[in-house]
Amino acid sequence: MFDDRSPIYRQIADRIKADVLSGVLKGDEQVMSTNQYAAFYRINPATAAKAFQQLVDEGVLYKKRGIGMFVSPAAPEVLRAQRRESFFTDVVDPMVAEARAIGIPLGDIVRRITETGGHG
Amino acid sequence: MKIEVNGLRVDYHDVRAIDGMTFSLDAGKIYGLLGRNGSGKTTLLSVLAGFRRESGGTVRVGGRPVFENPEVTREVCLIGDAGETIDIDKVEDAIYFAEWLRPHWDAAYAEELLDRFGLERKMSVKALSKGKRSALGVVVGLAGRSPLTMFDESYLGMDAPSRYVFYDALLADFMEHPRTVILSTHLIEEVGSLLEEVMIIDRGGLVLHEESQTMLSRGTSVTGPADRVEAFTGGLTVLNTRRLGSTASATVYGDLDDARRRQAREAGLELGPIAMQDLFAYLTEPAGDAAPAGPPADVPAEGTPSATPSGDAR
Repeated sequence: MFDDRSPIYRQIADRIKADVLSGVLKGDEQVMSTNQYAAFYRINPATAAKAFQQLVDEGVLYKKRGIGMFVSPAAPEVLRAQRRESFFTDVVDPMVAEARAIGIPLGDIVRRITETGGHG
Repeated sequence: MKIEVNGLRVDYHDVRAIDGMTFSLDAGKIYGLLGRNGSGKTTLLSVLAGFRRESGGTVRVGGRPVFENPEVTREVCLIGDAGETIDIDKVEDAIYFAEWLRPHWDAAYAEELLDRFGLERKMSVKALSKGKRSALGVVVGLAGRSPLTMFDESYLGMDAPSRYVFYDALLADFMEHPRTVILSTHLIEEVGSLLEEVMIIDRGGLVLHEESQTMLSRGTSVTGPADRVEAFTGGLTVLNTRRLGSTASATVYGDLDDARRRQAREAGLELGPIAMQDLFAYLTEPAGDAAPAGPPADVPAEGTPSATPSGDAR
Protein backbone atom coordinates (compact mmCIF):
# COMPACT_ATOMS: atom_id res chain seq x y z
CA MET A 1 0.00 0.00 0.00
CA PHE A 2 2.89 2.34 0.75
CA ASP A 3 5.95 3.07 -1.28
CA ASP A 4 9.33 3.27 0.38
CA ARG A 5 9.14 7.01 0.84
CA SER A 6 9.40 6.62 4.56
CA PRO A 7 8.13 7.28 7.12
CA ILE A 8 4.57 6.05 6.67
CA TYR A 9 3.06 8.45 9.19
CA ARG A 10 4.19 11.36 7.07
CA GLN A 11 2.50 9.81 4.05
CA ILE A 12 -0.75 9.37 5.97
CA ALA A 13 -0.54 12.95 7.21
CA ASP A 14 0.05 14.16 3.65
CA ARG A 15 -2.99 12.26 2.39
CA ILE A 16 -5.24 13.71 5.05
CA LYS A 17 -3.90 17.18 4.28
CA ALA A 18 -4.57 16.63 0.59
CA ASP A 19 -8.15 15.60 1.42
CA VAL A 20 -8.61 18.73 3.51
CA LEU A 21 -7.20 20.93 0.74
CA SER A 22 -9.40 19.38 -1.92
CA GLY A 23 -12.48 19.64 0.28
CA VAL A 24 -13.05 15.88 0.60
CA LEU A 25 -12.69 16.45 4.35
CA LYS A 26 -14.48 19.53 5.58
CA GLY A 27 -14.07 21.66 8.68
CA ASP A 28 -15.41 20.01 11.86
CA GLU A 29 -15.84 16.73 10.00
CA GLN A 30 -14.77 13.61 11.91
CA VAL A 31 -11.91 11.62 10.41
CA MET A 32 -11.61 7.83 10.68
CA SER A 33 -10.04 6.45 13.86
CA THR A 34 -6.39 5.44 14.07
CA ASN A 35 -7.49 1.83 14.30
CA GLN A 36 -9.53 2.14 11.13
CA TYR A 37 -6.57 3.71 9.36
CA ALA A 38 -4.26 1.02 10.70
CA ALA A 39 -6.51 -1.79 9.50
CA PHE A 40 -7.12 -0.16 6.12
CA TYR A 41 -3.46 0.52 5.36
CA ARG A 42 -2.23 -2.61 7.15
CA ILE A 43 0.07 -0.64 9.44
CA ASN A 44 0.84 -0.61 13.12
CA PRO A 45 -1.72 1.48 15.04
CA ALA A 46 1.09 3.37 16.79
CA THR A 47 2.30 4.53 13.38
CA ALA A 48 -1.19 5.73 12.45
CA ALA A 49 -1.49 7.48 15.82
CA LYS A 50 1.76 9.28 15.10
CA ALA A 51 0.35 10.67 11.87
CA PHE A 52 -2.70 11.96 13.72
CA GLN A 53 -0.58 13.46 16.49
CA GLN A 54 1.48 15.29 13.90
CA LEU A 55 -1.69 16.73 12.38
CA VAL A 56 -2.99 17.78 15.80
CA ASP A 57 0.35 19.50 16.49
CA GLU A 58 0.10 21.33 13.18
CA GLY A 59 -3.46 22.42 13.95
CA VAL A 60 -5.00 20.48 11.08
CA LEU A 61 -6.99 18.18 13.37
CA TYR A 62 -8.36 18.55 16.87
CA LYS A 63 -9.32 15.93 19.43
CA LYS A 64 -12.62 15.53 21.18
CA ARG A 65 -11.96 13.38 24.20
CA GLY A 66 -13.64 10.01 23.93
CA ILE A 67 -15.16 10.77 20.54
CA GLY A 68 -12.35 11.09 18.04
CA MET A 69 -10.50 13.42 15.71
CA PHE A 70 -12.01 16.26 13.72
CA VAL A 71 -10.81 18.63 11.02
CA SER A 72 -10.04 22.08 12.39
CA PRO A 73 -12.31 24.68 10.78
CA ALA A 74 -9.25 26.81 9.99
CA ALA A 75 -7.30 23.88 8.49
CA PRO A 76 -8.08 24.46 4.80
CA GLU A 77 -6.91 28.06 4.98
CA VAL A 78 -3.84 27.20 7.09
CA LEU A 79 -2.81 24.50 4.63
CA ARG A 80 -3.40 26.76 1.66
CA ALA A 81 -1.22 29.43 3.25
CA GLN A 82 1.51 26.84 3.87
CA ARG A 83 1.35 25.69 0.28
CA ARG A 84 1.51 29.27 -0.96
CA GLU A 85 4.60 29.82 1.13
CA SER A 86 6.43 26.84 -0.33
CA PHE A 87 5.02 27.20 -3.84
CA PHE A 88 7.98 29.09 -5.28
CA THR A 89 10.67 26.88 -3.74
CA ASP A 90 8.78 23.64 -4.41
CA VAL A 91 7.27 24.32 -7.82
CA VAL A 92 8.73 27.37 -9.54
CA ASP A 93 12.41 27.05 -8.68
CA PRO A 94 12.74 23.45 -9.91
CA MET A 95 10.91 24.42 -13.11
CA VAL A 96 13.31 27.30 -13.72
CA ALA A 97 16.27 24.99 -13.04
CA GLU A 98 14.89 22.43 -15.48
CA ALA A 99 14.29 25.12 -18.13
CA ARG A 100 17.89 26.31 -17.76
CA ALA A 101 19.23 22.76 -18.00
CA ILE A 102 17.44 22.07 -21.27
CA GLY A 103 17.82 25.56 -22.73
CA ILE A 104 14.35 27.07 -22.62
CA PRO A 105 14.57 30.89 -22.37
CA LEU A 106 12.77 32.26 -19.32
CA GLY A 107 10.90 34.62 -21.65
CA ASP A 108 9.19 31.58 -23.24
CA ILE A 109 8.04 30.41 -19.82
CA VAL A 110 6.68 33.80 -18.89
CA ARG A 111 4.82 33.99 -22.24
CA ARG A 112 3.32 30.54 -21.66
CA ILE A 113 2.21 31.45 -18.15
CA THR A 114 0.59 34.64 -19.37
CA GLU A 115 -1.20 32.73 -22.14
CA THR A 116 -2.54 29.98 -19.86
CA GLY A 117 -3.38 32.53 -17.21
CA GLY A 118 -5.41 34.41 -19.82
CA HIS A 119 -7.37 31.24 -20.63
CA GLY A 120 -7.97 30.26 -17.05
CA MET B 1 4.02 -8.69 28.91
CA LYS B 2 7.20 -6.85 29.62
CA ILE B 3 10.45 -8.59 28.77
CA GLU B 4 13.83 -7.81 30.28
CA VAL B 5 16.93 -9.50 28.98
CA ASN B 6 20.26 -8.76 30.54
CA GLY B 7 23.63 -10.03 29.31
CA LEU B 8 21.99 -13.11 27.80
CA ARG B 9 24.34 -15.84 26.67
CA VAL B 10 23.39 -19.15 25.12
CA ASP B 11 25.91 -21.86 24.34
CA TYR B 12 25.39 -25.08 22.43
CA HIS B 13 28.32 -27.11 23.68
CA ASP B 14 31.26 -25.05 22.46
CA VAL B 15 29.26 -22.85 20.06
CA ARG B 16 28.06 -19.53 21.41
CA ALA B 17 24.69 -18.85 19.77
CA ILE B 18 23.91 -15.70 21.73
CA ASP B 19 26.67 -13.58 23.08
CA GLY B 20 25.70 -10.91 25.56
CA MET B 21 22.31 -9.51 24.58
CA THR B 22 20.64 -6.81 26.66
CA PHE B 23 17.30 -5.27 25.82
CA SER B 24 13.85 -4.69 27.20
CA LEU B 25 10.50 -4.88 25.43
CA ASP B 26 7.32 -3.13 26.54
CA ALA B 27 3.96 -4.78 26.90
CA GLY B 28 1.41 -4.20 24.16
CA LYS B 29 3.63 -3.62 21.14
CA ILE B 30 4.36 -5.53 17.95
CA TYR B 31 8.05 -6.19 17.57
CA GLY B 32 9.95 -7.44 14.56
CA LEU B 33 12.95 -9.69 15.09
CA LEU B 34 15.14 -9.58 12.02
CA GLY B 35 18.31 -11.51 11.46
CA ARG B 36 20.04 -13.60 8.85
CA ASN B 37 19.91 -17.38 8.94
CA GLY B 38 21.85 -18.64 11.93
CA SER B 39 21.95 -15.24 13.62
CA GLY B 40 20.28 -16.58 16.77
CA LYS B 41 16.63 -15.61 16.25
CA THR B 42 15.14 -19.00 17.02
CA THR B 43 17.50 -19.51 19.96
CA LEU B 44 16.47 -16.17 21.42
CA LEU B 45 12.76 -16.87 21.01
CA SER B 46 13.18 -20.35 22.51
CA VAL B 47 14.75 -18.80 25.58
CA LEU B 48 11.94 -16.22 25.88
CA ALA B 49 9.42 -19.06 25.60
CA GLY B 50 11.19 -21.08 28.28
CA PHE B 51 11.98 -23.93 25.85
CA ARG B 52 15.66 -23.49 26.46
CA ARG B 53 17.65 -22.42 29.46
CA GLU B 54 19.99 -19.45 29.24
CA SER B 55 23.69 -20.25 29.76
CA GLY B 56 24.33 -16.85 31.29
CA GLY B 57 22.65 -13.55 32.03
CA THR B 58 19.06 -13.07 33.08
CA VAL B 59 15.72 -13.28 31.31
CA ARG B 60 12.56 -11.88 32.91
CA VAL B 61 9.14 -12.20 31.33
CA GLY B 62 6.48 -10.29 33.20
CA GLY B 63 9.11 -9.69 35.86
CA ARG B 64 9.77 -13.37 36.52
CA PRO B 65 12.25 -15.97 35.28
CA VAL B 66 10.71 -18.04 32.53
CA PHE B 67 12.59 -21.33 32.42
CA GLU B 68 10.68 -24.13 34.20
CA ASN B 69 8.25 -21.58 35.53
CA PRO B 70 4.74 -22.69 34.53
CA GLU B 71 3.21 -19.51 35.94
CA VAL B 72 5.01 -17.65 33.17
CA THR B 73 5.13 -20.19 30.35
CA ARG B 74 1.35 -20.51 30.50
CA GLU B 75 1.20 -16.87 29.42
CA VAL B 76 3.70 -17.31 26.60
CA CYS B 77 3.18 -18.81 23.16
CA LEU B 78 5.83 -19.51 20.53
CA ILE B 79 4.71 -20.78 17.14
CA GLY B 80 7.63 -22.23 15.23
CA ASP B 81 8.37 -22.24 11.54
CA ALA B 82 6.76 -25.64 11.03
CA GLY B 83 3.42 -24.25 12.15
CA GLU B 84 1.62 -26.72 14.37
CA THR B 85 4.46 -28.90 15.55
CA ILE B 86 2.53 -31.39 17.56
CA ASP B 87 1.81 -34.31 15.29
CA ILE B 88 -1.63 -34.73 16.53
CA ASP B 89 -4.35 -36.64 14.72
CA LYS B 90 -6.86 -34.13 13.41
CA VAL B 91 -7.18 -30.36 13.26
CA GLU B 92 -9.85 -30.48 15.96
CA ASP B 93 -7.46 -32.41 18.23
CA ALA B 94 -4.82 -29.75 17.79
CA ILE B 95 -7.41 -27.11 18.64
CA TYR B 96 -8.62 -29.10 21.65
CA PHE B 97 -5.06 -29.47 22.88
CA ALA B 98 -4.33 -25.75 22.43
CA GLU B 99 -7.52 -24.84 24.29
CA TRP B 100 -6.47 -27.05 27.16
CA LEU B 101 -2.99 -25.42 27.29
CA ARG B 102 -3.96 -21.78 26.85
CA PRO B 103 -5.77 -19.93 29.61
CA HIS B 104 -6.82 -17.03 27.33
CA TRP B 105 -8.10 -19.23 24.49
CA ASP B 106 -11.01 -17.82 22.50
CA ALA B 107 -12.83 -20.79 20.95
CA ALA B 108 -15.21 -18.74 18.81
CA TYR B 109 -12.32 -16.74 17.39
CA ALA B 110 -10.45 -19.99 16.65
CA GLU B 111 -13.46 -21.27 14.70
CA GLU B 112 -13.62 -18.07 12.72
CA LEU B 113 -9.90 -18.26 11.91
CA LEU B 114 -10.07 -21.91 10.84
CA ASP B 115 -12.78 -20.88 8.46
CA ARG B 116 -10.83 -17.92 7.11
CA PHE B 117 -7.79 -20.10 6.42
CA GLY B 118 -9.88 -22.85 4.84
CA LEU B 119 -9.07 -25.41 7.52
CA GLU B 120 -11.61 -28.07 8.41
CA ARG B 121 -11.86 -29.72 11.78
CA LYS B 122 -11.71 -33.24 10.38
CA MET B 123 -8.58 -32.69 8.31
CA SER B 124 -5.60 -34.82 9.31
CA VAL B 125 -2.75 -32.63 10.57
CA LYS B 126 -0.12 -34.96 9.09
CA ALA B 127 -1.72 -34.75 5.67
CA LEU B 128 -1.91 -30.96 5.65
CA SER B 129 0.08 -29.05 3.05
CA LYS B 130 2.91 -26.89 4.34
CA GLY B 131 0.80 -23.78 3.93
CA LYS B 132 -2.21 -25.22 5.77
CA ARG B 133 0.03 -26.49 8.51
CA SER B 134 1.47 -23.01 8.94
CA ALA B 135 -2.06 -21.63 8.97
CA LEU B 136 -3.02 -24.01 11.77
CA GLY B 137 -0.03 -22.75 13.77
CA VAL B 138 -1.16 -19.19 13.17
CA VAL B 139 -4.70 -20.03 14.34
CA VAL B 140 -3.31 -21.52 17.55
CA GLY B 141 -1.04 -18.50 18.05
CA LEU B 142 -3.76 -15.91 17.50
CA ALA B 143 -6.67 -17.59 19.29
CA GLY B 144 -4.41 -18.31 22.27
CA ARG B 145 -4.27 -14.55 22.99
CA SER B 146 -1.14 -15.13 25.08
CA PRO B 147 0.18 -11.93 26.67
CA LEU B 148 3.46 -12.79 24.95
CA THR B 149 2.87 -14.26 21.50
CA MET B 150 5.78 -15.07 19.21
CA PHE B 151 5.69 -16.18 15.60
CA ASP B 152 8.99 -17.57 14.40
CA GLU B 153 8.67 -17.54 10.60
CA SER B 154 5.34 -19.24 11.22
CA TYR B 155 3.83 -18.00 8.00
CA LEU B 156 6.73 -18.84 5.71
CA GLY B 157 4.93 -21.77 4.19
CA MET B 158 1.78 -19.79 3.50
CA ASP B 159 0.99 -18.31 0.10
CA ALA B 160 0.64 -14.54 -0.28
CA PRO B 161 -3.17 -14.34 0.06
CA SER B 162 -3.05 -16.44 3.25
CA ARG B 163 -0.29 -14.28 4.63
CA TYR B 164 -2.42 -11.20 4.07
CA VAL B 165 -5.26 -12.91 5.93
CA PHE B 166 -2.80 -13.44 8.76
CA TYR B 167 -1.56 -9.83 8.77
CA ASP B 168 -5.10 -8.46 8.79
CA ALA B 169 -6.22 -10.85 11.54
CA LEU B 170 -3.15 -10.11 13.63
CA LEU B 171 -3.61 -6.35 13.40
CA ALA B 172 -7.34 -6.42 14.08
CA ASP B 173 -7.01 -8.78 17.04
CA PHE B 174 -3.99 -6.92 18.41
CA MET B 175 -5.97 -3.68 18.42
CA GLU B 176 -8.84 -5.34 20.26
CA HIS B 177 -6.66 -7.32 22.63
CA PRO B 178 -3.28 -5.58 22.89
CA ARG B 179 -0.46 -7.92 23.82
CA THR B 180 3.24 -8.27 23.21
CA VAL B 181 3.85 -9.81 19.80
CA ILE B 182 7.21 -10.74 18.33
CA LEU B 183 7.38 -11.59 14.65
CA SER B 184 10.57 -13.13 13.40
CA THR B 185 10.62 -12.87 9.65
CA HIS B 186 12.51 -12.77 6.37
CA LEU B 187 9.53 -11.16 4.64
CA ILE B 188 10.57 -7.71 5.73
CA GLU B 189 8.86 -5.73 3.00
CA GLU B 190 5.52 -7.35 3.80
CA VAL B 191 5.73 -7.25 7.55
CA GLY B 192 7.66 -4.00 8.07
CA SER B 193 4.66 -1.70 8.32
CA LEU B 194 3.05 -3.89 11.01
CA LEU B 195 5.95 -3.38 13.38
CA GLU B 196 6.18 -0.70 16.02
CA GLU B 197 9.77 -1.57 16.88
CA VAL B 198 12.47 -3.53 15.16
CA MET B 199 15.30 -5.57 16.61
CA ILE B 200 18.09 -6.65 14.29
CA ILE B 201 20.39 -9.35 15.52
CA ASP B 202 23.51 -10.66 13.87
CA ARG B 203 25.98 -13.34 14.92
CA GLY B 204 24.35 -13.72 18.30
CA GLY B 205 24.45 -10.01 19.14
CA LEU B 206 21.93 -7.19 19.04
CA VAL B 207 22.83 -4.80 16.22
CA LEU B 208 19.90 -2.41 16.48
CA HIS B 209 16.75 -1.91 18.50
CA GLU B 210 14.72 1.01 17.25
CA GLU B 211 11.23 2.24 16.60
CA SER B 212 10.67 1.11 13.03
CA GLN B 213 9.65 4.51 11.69
CA THR B 214 12.67 6.11 13.36
CA MET B 215 14.92 3.50 11.83
CA LEU B 216 13.46 4.23 8.39
CA SER B 217 13.82 7.98 8.81
CA ARG B 218 17.50 7.53 9.67
CA GLY B 219 18.39 5.65 6.51
CA THR B 220 19.11 7.90 3.56
CA SER B 221 20.56 7.29 0.14
CA VAL B 222 22.88 9.99 -1.18
CA THR B 223 23.31 9.92 -4.93
CA GLY B 224 25.36 12.10 -7.26
CA PRO B 225 28.86 12.64 -8.62
CA ALA B 226 31.16 10.29 -6.73
CA ASP B 227 33.55 12.92 -5.40
CA ARG B 228 30.72 15.04 -4.01
CA VAL B 229 29.01 12.01 -2.46
CA GLU B 230 32.31 11.15 -0.84
CA ALA B 231 32.82 14.67 0.48
CA PHE B 232 29.28 14.86 1.83
CA THR B 233 29.27 11.46 3.53
CA GLY B 234 32.67 11.89 5.18
CA GLY B 235 32.13 11.52 8.92
CA LEU B 236 28.73 9.89 8.50
CA THR B 237 28.00 6.22 9.05
CA VAL B 238 28.11 4.82 5.52
CA LEU B 239 26.57 1.36 5.30
CA ASN B 240 27.04 0.75 1.62
CA THR B 241 28.25 2.44 -1.53
CA ARG B 242 27.46 1.53 -5.11
CA ARG B 243 28.98 3.08 -8.17
CA LEU B 244 27.88 3.45 -11.73
CA GLY B 245 30.57 5.19 -13.76
CA SER B 246 31.19 8.56 -12.17
CA THR B 247 27.97 8.40 -10.14
CA ALA B 248 27.92 7.02 -6.63
CA SER B 249 25.07 6.17 -4.32
CA ALA B 250 25.83 5.85 -0.63
CA THR B 251 23.52 4.57 2.08
CA VAL B 252 24.04 6.52 5.27
CA TYR B 253 22.52 5.82 8.66
CA GLY B 254 21.93 8.68 11.06
CA ASP B 255 19.86 11.81 11.47
CA LEU B 256 20.38 14.40 8.75
CA ASP B 257 19.14 17.78 9.92
CA ASP B 258 17.65 20.39 7.61
CA ALA B 259 20.97 22.20 7.25
CA ARG B 260 22.68 19.02 6.08
CA ARG B 261 19.84 18.27 3.69
CA ARG B 262 20.05 21.74 2.21
CA GLN B 263 23.79 21.34 1.89
CA ALA B 264 23.24 18.12 -0.06
CA ARG B 265 20.74 19.73 -2.41
CA GLU B 266 23.07 22.67 -3.00
CA ALA B 267 25.84 20.23 -3.87
CA GLY B 268 23.52 18.70 -6.47
CA LEU B 269 23.07 15.48 -4.51
CA GLU B 270 19.84 13.55 -4.45
CA LEU B 271 18.59 12.29 -1.09
CA GLY B 272 16.19 9.38 -0.93
CA PRO B 273 14.70 6.96 1.56
CA ILE B 274 15.94 3.42 2.12
CA ALA B 275 13.60 0.46 2.38
CA MET B 276 13.68 -1.50 5.65
CA GLN B 277 14.87 -4.62 3.86
CA ASP B 278 17.85 -2.78 2.35
CA LEU B 279 18.80 -1.27 5.70
CA PHE B 280 18.61 -4.72 7.22
CA ALA B 281 20.79 -6.19 4.48
CA TYR B 282 23.44 -3.48 4.86
CA LEU B 283 23.45 -3.66 8.66
CA THR B 284 24.04 -7.40 8.62
CA GLU B 285 26.13 -7.71 5.47
CA PRO B 286 28.56 -10.58 5.40
CA ALA B 287 31.75 -8.59 5.49
CA GLY B 288 34.49 -11.07 6.11
CA ASP B 289 35.32 -11.69 9.73
CA ALA B 290 35.72 -8.13 10.92
CA ALA B 291 32.11 -7.22 11.56
CA PRO B 292 31.46 -7.08 15.25
CA ALA B 293 27.82 -6.64 16.10
CA GLY B 294 27.29 -3.27 17.67
CA PRO B 295 25.01 -0.26 17.58
CA PRO B 296 24.74 1.35 14.13
CA ALA B 297 26.97 4.23 15.11
CA ASP B 298 29.73 1.68 15.47
CA VAL B 299 28.99 -0.20 12.29
CA PRO B 300 32.24 -0.06 10.41
CA ALA B 301 31.87 1.07 6.83
CA GLU B 302 33.77 -1.90 5.55
CA GLY B 303 33.90 -2.58 1.89
CA THR B 304 32.61 0.88 1.17
CA PRO B 305 34.94 2.78 -1.12
CA SER B 306 33.58 6.09 0.08
CA ALA B 307 34.99 5.49 3.54
CA THR B 308 38.50 5.97 2.21
CA PRO B 309 39.08 9.19 0.33
CA SER B 310 40.57 7.81 -2.85
CA GLY B 311 39.32 10.39 -5.31
CA ASP B 312 37.10 9.49 -8.20
CA ALA B 313 39.81 8.65 -10.71
CA ARG B 314 38.64 5.78 -12.85
